[in-house]
Amino acid sequence: MNKINKLMIKVITILFLLSPLAWGVETMTIDPMHSPHWSAMHERFLNNGTVVFDEKVEVFAPEKAEDSLNVPVSFKAEALDAVEELVVFADFNPIPLVLKFRPGELQPNLSFRMKLQQGTPVRVAARTSDDIWHVGTVWIDAAGGGCTLPSVGISSGNWTETLGRVDANVWERSGNNRLRMRIMHPMDTGLAAGIPKFHIENLFIRDANSQSVLAELDLYEPISENPMLSLDVGRYSQFSVKGRDNNGNKIEAIISQ
Amino acid sequence: MKAQQYGKAYLVTMLGLLLSFACLKSAWAIDKQSHDYELKPQKIAADTYAFIGRTEDFSRQNGGYIVNTGFIVTDEGVVVIDTGPSRRFAEQQRAAIKSITDQPIARIYLTHHHPDHFLGNQVYADVPIYALPATKQGIQAEGEGFSSNMYRMVGDWMRGTELSLPTETAQAGMIELGGHKLELLALQGHTAGDLMLFDHSTGVLFAGDLVFNQRTATTPHADTQQWLASLAVIQALPFKVLVPGHGAVSTAAEPIEETRRYLIWLEKTLQEGAKQGLSMTEIMQTPVPEQFQHLSLLRSELQRSVTHLYPQVEAQVLKAINWEKTE
Repeated sequence: MNKINKLMIKVITILFLLSPLAWGVETMTIDPMHSPHWSAMHERFLNNGTVVFDEKVEVFAPEKAEDSLNVPVSFKAEALDAVEELVVFADFNPIPLVLKFRPGELQPNLSFRMKLQQGTPVRVAARTSDDIWHVGTVWIDAAGGGCTLPSVGISSGNWTETLGRVDANVWERSGNNRLRMRIMHPMDTGLAAGIPKFHIENLFIRDANSQSVLAELDLYEPISENPMLSLDVGRYSQFSVKGRDNNGNKIEAIISQ
Repeated sequence: MKAQQYGKAYLVTMLGLLLSFACLKSAWAIDKQSHDYELKPQKIAADTYAFIGRTEDFSRQNGGYIVNTGFIVTDEGVVVIDTGPSRRFAEQQRAAIKSITDQPIARIYLTHHHPDHFLGNQVYADVPIYALPATKQGIQAEGEGFSSNMYRMVGDWMRGTELSLPTETAQAGMIELGGHKLELLALQGHTAGDLMLFDHSTGVLFAGDLVFNQRTATTPHADTQQWLASLAVIQALPFKVLVPGHGAVSTAAEPIEETRRYLIWLEKTLQEGAKQGLSMTEIMQTPVPEQFQHLSLLRSELQRSVTHLYPQVEAQVLKAINWEKTE
């Protein structure tokens, strides 16, 4: 009897020591979503680097995805100093990596739309110059199917008529202008039967006057068809946007007010 | 040695207790899940009844009973307006009608093609089911998708629910049935086909989802301009009792006004947001005026509406940049 009691006490003590409660300080580094995929995501996209779950990376999305093919997501990391790169991924998506954004001269803020296959955490990890990943997370519930459906453009067959078309505008705001652009592209994931993956891979945003690169974006399969991007571009108001897709098609646009 | 034996006995007892608790708990859960919608026909005028659903979103608690349906008892049979979200619902609806009258069901009218309004059709396989052409097309095109999404959202309440299409085409105009003068109005705006039924004999208007009462309007297939035009038509009708698609029955025109005010505000918010270069998520977070705060599901429906309606609005403020060049 005594032996058992002692054993129980030992077990409970060990369990407590292993639990996050005993390590109050460390809870900052424990995934608030308790996702079973977090450690795999951490290794794959953040190179097992130092991570802080940080409210300074504000991520916004509706709680429920109304349209799994077009789930709006935005993030703001302007509260952090010296953000070098932001990586967006969704743990439970068949293709988790959504985009990479090196904001350079622009604000580390972005709005976009993505495809979701099921309910999942969506993460925005911002790497600051001290090599720490600051991670903001939202949970989005989704009915699913977003990643395994063919694009509307491919289904209707008319995507070639508009491939690479850019529609955009610049809004002057005090000290922080807004650039919005929509690029016509099927963004097929390769997961719909018989339709190979076909997506924009990168975009370089330059100052149209000096031609210096302001920011770079890498887009992946989960970005919605005809990507719509909204950026906070500081004082800049004239842009040259260049990019290409995984088939080598070029995207070129000079955007001003 | 003795302690070990004691330990074994202790373990077995605890396991036994745990198991019995688990059994008790699941038995209790099944009892709770009897899938009774507790339908109580509310008499709203002579010969006329309504089943008033909760002003909530679909859930496993409400089983999809978030919608209003109704019926009119005439001397030539019962006219049913909408069959509800599931087979179980329509079975209970039909039983509740039976408890009021021995008249057979003469016909069904479907107000539009959203899943909470027609997924009980299969229970009325022996009755002609009328719908507008656009509603028939909508059910054909999207019915299966709606149905599987409903299974996901309300679970076991949906058991055995199968898609069953309307059998007849509803036409606008006046009909006489068993002493009731019924006017069918073919409108649009909430969807491409919104059927209303106005009983001139009693003054009851079944408005379908063109009118919401203290519940935020939904817009997955909406055209707000057409919807506003339809509201003007409704307001001109000399109704005495108004049955909205969602929310309480009303004798006043206020639910029409409220739906109109909200749609106008929604449209204006989207237009102005687009002109300011806002993204979808920014509009979703927009503050909502005090006058709409009492509407149920306000923020979640606003977010849904932004997803439905903003893509067309925002496209109008973008300029074609490289189009002529690449053509």
